[in-house]
Amino acid sequence: MSIDSLRAEYKEKAKTYLNKHASQADIDLLSIIKLNKLLSEKKSISLEEYSDLLEKVGIDVTGRNRAGTYYQVDTAVLEYYSKIPGIEILSLEDALDEYGREFLEYYWRALRVDKDIYTALAELYGKGGYVIIVKEGYKIKQPIQSCLLITSNNVLQAPHNIIILEPNSEAHVVTGCAIMREVIALHAGISEFYVGENAKLSYIMIHGWGENMYVRPRTGVIVEKGGEFVSNYINMTPVKSLQSYPTVRLVGEKAKAYFSSIIVTSKSSHIDLGNEIIFEAPDTAGEIISRVVAKDNAIGVTRGRLLGKAPGVKGHLECMGLLLSNNAKIVTIPELEAAHSDVELTHEASIGKIAEDEILYLMARGFTREEAESFLVRGFMSVEIKGIPESLKKVIQATIDKMAKAL
Amino acid sequence: MPKLELVNLRAGTDSKEILRGINLTINNGQTILLMGPNGSGKSTLAQVIIGNPRYKILSGKILFNNRDITNLPMETRVKMGISISFQIPPKLKGIKLRDLALEIMRRRGIENPLEKLKKYAELLRLEDFLERDLNVGFSGGEMKRAELFLVLLQNPAFVILDEIDSGVDVESVGILGKAIRSELQKNGRSLIIISHTGIIAKHVHVDVAYIMLRGKITCYGPPTIVLNHVLEHGFARCEKCEGICYVD
Repeated sequence: MSIDSLRAEYKEKAKTYLNKHASQADIDLLSIIKLNKLLSEKKSISLEEYSDLLEKVGIDVTGRNRAGTYYQVDTAVLEYYSKIPGIEILSLEDALDEYGREFLEYYWRALRVDKDIYTALAELYGKGGYVIIVKEGYKIKQPIQSCLLITSNNVLQAPHNIIILEPNSEAHVVTGCAIMREVIALHAGISEFYVGENAKLSYIMIHGWGENMYVRPRTGVIVEKGGEFVSNYINMTPVKSLQSYPTVRLVGEKAKAYFSSIIVTSKSSHIDLGNEIIFEAPDTAGEIISRVVAKDNAIGVTRGRLLGKAPGVKGHLECMGLLLSNNAKIVTIPELEAAHSDVELTHEASIGKIAEDEILYLMARGFTREEAESFLVRGFMSVEIKGIPESLKKVIQATIDKMAKAL
Repeated sequence: MPKLELVNLRAGTDSKEILRGINLTINNGQTILLMGPNGSGKSTLAQVIIGNPRYKILSGKILFNNRDITNLPMETRVKMGISISFQIPPKLKGIKLRDLALEIMRRRGIENPLEKLKKYAELLRLEDFLERDLNVGFSGGEMKRAELFLVLLQNPAFVILDEIDSGVDVESVGILGKAIRSELQKNGRSLIIISHTGIIAKHVHVDVAYIMLRGKITCYGPPTIVLNHVLEHGFARCEKCEGICYVD
């Protein structure tokens, strides 16, 4: 089958799905789509203008300490480049041109195009997206960064991103998402990650969206034998609503996955975030860890699902919630499913407020009440940040410190 | 000169009077041992001195360096130099011992915090615990060593050690005793050591031992005499005291 006909098929599937289900969307999709078409594809902005905003979400605007960079503003791809051998950074269109049919192995394979309204929407109306290929055997310590910025009203930003790690390679990808404060928009980025045999991908995403922003990213990951996928996610700012549920399939023996999410939900945000690990091969292991801090009138829902289907599987799920206001709400929904007897799946979950005992303890060590509370919140949010270089740990720690201070 | 004076102190929770008229004076540089059975009010006394808002003072006074601190908040008392090692400190998930230690020193404006951290961590054999969450998975002895470590970093003028020797392995008692002797029992610091077994008293200098029963101090005397008496007869004999120790 040719590329064009296959892509037409995807579009057709998406269209059929959307026609059938668009009415179920919780967002006025049609108006966003209509306005989206009027947007110019060309965009000339100076990133310097946004450097404060971007640094907060982990972006190195100079690009100096990054192995490669991809920038997208609204629907327009601004620039993308790789600085070192072993990494290719392309736009999706480039990749299709360059690799042709071979590339279709990686297009809508970790996610279904008709998974839901937002995958369909992205296929039909999405623009942009990067393709990052890390060549076999290359272990790149310097992070690669991708930056998604929204500056216009009523934009649908739905890039289709693909990361491919060839066998025995290693890479760190930082994605920072930011927005001009007052803008109303929908982000529905598609991400497909393919981690080859004995390869290791660590992925950090820092969200700094705005209060009028709808966020519906869709992510699918496939990890081959001996491969490892590590995801560290942070949401630091209020949004209108955010819903995301990255799913990883461990398809090869001894493959591993680790998710950590630190979520602050504040003002009138509604954040619903989950992770799913499907253990399809023997001796695979995975962990999902989340921390939600809810304040003001916000809602935070965390989900986690471990599905063990093969012998020797080990999985753990941990959801902790901290309520800082009587009007906020936290829901945690852990789910364990074993389809093989030699599977060990565990979970722990808790929701509460800051313990008075702990506050008094710190006060006896010289803290004021407010300082004790903020120190404890920071402690609550500091989950183990795994598998990333020291420089990125610092970025994350600084982000967490800033968040804790602002609470 | 008296460092801390409790004058006819009555205190308790909302529902219950626990301290029923305590009179106690601890002088500069003095260490007292406070013994008594479980539930006699020793820990309540410790918490009332540090200013835990869960306990209400019903009547009486607490004087610290001749200043009436009865109604001062915990924060102020800590600033004035009162510190406590908790009987059961909370587990602080996500807070590394090192981070808390550095934060305590940062607040006090210590110039070479890392040097101090190293010195006291070595003294209390906590080098391998600095990167661990405070008290999470710590044994009894490790927990109490961490408590004393944090107290030392506060450089207090007056210290209450609440059951620092209970649930603690023999080796840890030795380590704790040595650190108390070398770092706390000097420069005019005063200490209240609360213990229902008195084990720690074998490792540190004690000036006077007191017995507390049902919210009152009933007896005091030289530590060896009081201690031997308690070890031999338990606190039951103290209930019907025969005046072997000294009685007020």
